[in-house]
Amino acid sequence: MKNQKQQRISQTTNHFDLLSEEIVFTILDLLGENQIDKKSFSLACKSFYVIESNHRKNLRPLRQEPLSGILTRYPNITHLDLSLCPRVTDSSLTTISNLCESTLRSIDLSRSGSFSGSGLLRLAVNCRNLVEIDVSNATNLKDAGAAALAEAKNLEKLWMGRCKLVTDMGVGCIAVGCKNLKLISLKWCLGVGDFGVGLIAVKCKEIRSLDLSYLPITDKCLPSILKLQHLEDLVLEGCFGIDDDSLAALKHGCKSLKALDMSSCQNISHLGLSSLASGTGGLKQLTLAYGSPVTLALADGLKKLSMLQSIKLDGCVVTCAGLKAIGNLCVSLKELSLSKCLGVTDEGLSSVVTKHRELSKLDITCCRKITDVSIAHITNSCTNLTSLRMESCTLVPREAFVLIGQRCPFLEELDLTDNEIDDEGFTHFIHSANLCIRAIVLVFILTCFVDAGLKSISRCPNLSVLKLGICLNITDEGLTHVGMGCPKLVELDLYRSVEITDSGVSAIACGCPNLEMVNIAYCKDITDSSLMSLSKCSRLNTFESRGCPLITSLGLAAIAVGCRQLSKLDIKKCHNVDDVGMLPLAHFSQNLRQINLSYSSVTDVGLLSLASISCLQSLTILHVKDLTPSGLAAALLACGGLTKVKLQASFKYLLPQPLFEYLEARGCVLQWRDKVFQAELDPKCWKLQPEDMVP
Amino acid sequence: MDIKEGLCADTWQNQQKWQDTPMLDYDAPFQEFSQQPPQTQTLLSCNPSNQTNKVQDWDPSAMLNNLSFLEQKIHQLQDLVHMIVGRRGQVLGRSDDLVAQQQQLITADLTSIIVQLISTAGSLLPSVKQTLLAAPPSFGQFGGAVVGVQQHNTSNQINCGTEQNHPVEEQESKDEEDADEGENLPPGSYEILQLEKEEILAPHTHFCTICGKGFKRDANLRMHMRGHGDEYKSPAALAKPHKESGPEPMLIKRYSCPYGGCKRNKEHKKFQPLKTILCVKNHYKRTHCDKSYICSRCNTKKFSVIADLKTHEKHCGKDKWLCSCGTTFSRKDKLFGHISLFQGHTPAIPLDEHKGLTGASDRREGNEATSTVGSINFNFGSNASMGTGMPTDMDAKGSADDPTGYFSPMNFDTCTFEGGFNEFPRPPFDDTESTFSFLIPGSCNYSPKTGGDSGLNALK
Repeated sequence: MKNQKQQRISQTTNHFDLLSEEIVFTILDLLGENQIDKKSFSLACKSFYVIESNHRKNLRPLRQEPLSGILTRYPNITHLDLSLCPRVTDSSLTTISNLCESTLRSIDLSRSGSFSGSGLLRLAVNCRNLVEIDVSNATNLKDAGAAALAEAKNLEKLWMGRCKLVTDMGVGCIAVGCKNLKLISLKWCLGVGDFGVGLIAVKCKEIRSLDLSYLPITDKCLPSILKLQHLEDLVLEGCFGIDDDSLAALKHGCKSLKALDMSSCQNISHLGLSSLASGTGGLKQLTLAYGSPVTLALADGLKKLSMLQSIKLDGCVVTCAGLKAIGNLCVSLKELSLSKCLGVTDEGLSSVVTKHRELSKLDITCCRKITDVSIAHITNSCTNLTSLRMESCTLVPREAFVLIGQRCPFLEELDLTDNEIDDEGFTHFIHSANLCIRAIVLVFILTCFVDAGLKSISRCPNLSVLKLGICLNITDEGLTHVGMGCPKLVELDLYRSVEITDSGVSAIACGCPNLEMVNIAYCKDITDSSLMSLSKCSRLNTFESRGCPLITSLGLAAIAVGCRQLSKLDIKKCHNVDDVGMLPLAHFSQNLRQINLSYSSVTDVGLLSLASISCLQSLTILHVKDLTPSGLAAALLACGGLTKVKLQASFKYLLPQPLFEYLEARGCVLQWRDKVFQAELDPKCWKLQPEDMVP
Repeated sequence: MDIKEGLCADTWQNQQKWQDTPMLDYDAPFQEFSQQPPQTQTLLSCNPSNQTNKVQDWDPSAMLNNLSFLEQKIHQLQDLVHMIVGRRGQVLGRSDDLVAQQQQLITADLTSIIVQLISTAGSLLPSVKQTLLAAPPSFGQFGGAVVGVQQHNTSNQINCGTEQNHPVEEQESKDEEDADEGENLPPGSYEILQLEKEEILAPHTHFCTICGKGFKRDANLRMHMRGHGDEYKSPAALAKPHKESGPEPMLIKRYSCPYGGCKRNKEHKKFQPLKTILCVKNHYKRTHCDKSYICSRCNTKKFSVIADLKTHEKHCGKDKWLCSCGTTFSRKDKLFGHISLFQGHTPAIPLDEHKGLTGASDRREGNEATSTVGSINFNFGSNASMGTGMPTDMDAKGSADDPTGYFSPMNFDTCTFEGGFNEFPRPPFDDTESTFSFLIPGSCNYSPKTGGDSGLNALK
């Protein structure tokens, strides 16, 4: 009887009504990052719509105009990211402050500098629970704006990079107003000096992270900074006013400091570092990129750092003795970066890696002197390596890679760009390697890399990123192996791998349904059928088919219909794509943000139809010969969300000047290019044209 | 003989120097007593004639000049005292320091009269001078000869010399009494002197033993002494007194402030002695006296030491570093020191910047946008997306016809912001821009700001 009744209830009512809102919220939480799924959930019925509206915490709108509507729909927004809006005016900030009030905790205004102090004041006053504000790149913001920010009394994190007009006065207001600041970034705030920074250090005792890169500060504010009780992360990159003497004068260091970045500090030598090291025993991460030479004396200075885990010395001149001394440090390093260092030799590198057996990340990019000796030592001692970047280590012979594969079982990331590896070596490498590898970068591996290599790659089932740029010997056969063996592949780059045809691509498309990014640029034999097979990859969001002359509007239409999440599309030099391809694109690809139409056959009609894509922000239209000035002007006006447009310089004089002014006022940057029409280059001469290589 | 000549030349040069330098400062002290200029003029004019006349005991015309000066001076003093008496009757509630100032004025005038009288009398009685010359024993036979030669040139300069020297009141070097802060003399290693209040406040501390004229500085007294006879012109007599005392170690002197309870008073537990008499004077005036000198520019800052006033006047009006509590600073580091010291004080951003903030970038953009829309309508009139631009623009202009109604609510808004959220009065933000955008909510399709700004421009 009872059961019957219950059954009847469940038949007549919605099952979801039995679930409490909290349970549905938990389900929605599990949907994770995928916004599309949540969107479709909210469109299912009224109650779902309400639930989704109440559930959403984060919002990243594309334009400021509909803000009031959006914010009324979503009352529980805590994080508002406006970095995609081309401009955010004071009135928008007022709207936000009135609608969000105390629910808003975090706002990102880092790319939209049209607001002023009065808008910020409203925000700071109405949204009392605001904890994070990012006003980076607000180059118009003055001290009054900073004073307005100071009204946000509960602020804990503040990013002000490149606010060049803010001076010590404005920062002083923030220091006094925002007592709870834990993080502040003043990178490139060139108007801020010792007084402002000193006052921050005096007033904001809770500071954990302080970025003072490129500020004209001197030793005057250093003592008060180092007195901060909780300071953990200090960035002093490019502070030329700090020298050895100012560091030597510091009697007591900062005990709590964990990470220090003193890159590009030209006036600091091993002396200053040594005096600093004596007071900062808890340091774990030290970055000294582009600084003074790594000598014996500098390495000796590091001896006092007993907790050190990571050293980054990118771009420094390195001596053998210095490297040996680093090797002799009593601590065990986990991360070492020597990219672009001059003077790294086999001897030096070997002595480092043999001592630090716990290394998990090693970056030896452009250490051109090292040979198989180093690799042998690395593979012998550092068996825990998870990431190895060795781009352009040209002296390393092919046999060495087999060693890497045999002895580094935990390797997840491997960059072999511009190395001398051949197919055989790579096959051995993969056969001996563990199955953890997630990313392999094999750009410019020109000579001997053939399908057998790819066949061995297919033994890595966890592979998610595969870049095979300019591997001229790879054919469909190899790709078929990849398609069969790497089902988790997310990113595939086949830039200028010219032997690829449709069958290879379709094998990939069938075997790797999770593909999000595909680059088949300059694979000249690719036709529409490739695109049709790729259209099955519903998660595809970035597609580049630059210079594929056989592609037509038909293939593009298939992509548009199948890949609804497409946000970046590059069909430059696809001469056969015309307006017929644009219409489905305009209709289905509502998430498209970036499109390159250069050298295509699109006309006014096709371009104007793109205006229906409200997300469209970046547009590149060079050498589209059927485009008329008035058509272009109409399209530019109609696409309201544009932030960046690349145009042929000839249009500059064909269109009215006020149009450009209007577009710029709307937040759109116009870039004029005066490139002459370029005929397609021979694919084999890529090495002579390095500027053309980078996609 | 060589030595003699050298000495003569030396002394002569010195004298030349002395004659030159005082000339520059000649009427500086008289500025305080505004009645002086005519007399100084006459005195100056008498100088050359006296110098050109050689051995001449006294010049009757000069004497007459001097006497008439004295007469005039006495009359003036009389007038002054009359005036003071009259005023005292009128205003009862006059502050003490003003009275003191007046007294000082009168004393100064009296001193000047007495000095004049003595020097005039001195020139009348050459015999007195001769006896004086013979008196000092230190010169000996050698020194006497020197004097003899010199007398030839300078006997009649006494007159001018004194006159030129007596008014020299050297600019008081601004002596920081805190200068000795770092000094750590163990107690007992120095001798503590304590001047009395009257002594400290007395305008002069060095007095001529012959005529009684007072000087602020020892050097001035010595220069003055030259007028009393050749024996005071010797290098020994003109040299600084302590240098004569030579190598024998002198007990270090330190001074105590007579004011009871002051940290500079020797009875204080943490007594910090003052280094020099000048320090004592400045300290006493700054700390324990009324600040009677008021800056004529700002009319707010008061000082008790005139040198402080002068230093202040150099920088007055240049204070641009502002604290929210209303205090101004001429130096940025002082402002930031002040802010880091006090809780709740913040730097105050100047008003003009608030205006610039909303003005510069946004308004310009707005203008561009509006003007663009106009021309776009002209070019592509058929395009629907631009059609609404114009009416909005018109709208905004229309609304601007009655500006007060629109401005006032926002102004009120600003006021509440100020009162509610700032602890200290602060220049209000320029909110006109957002006022407009608030008034025309999204009626224009491209940007609310555009309409608002054009309205603002129409107003201006």
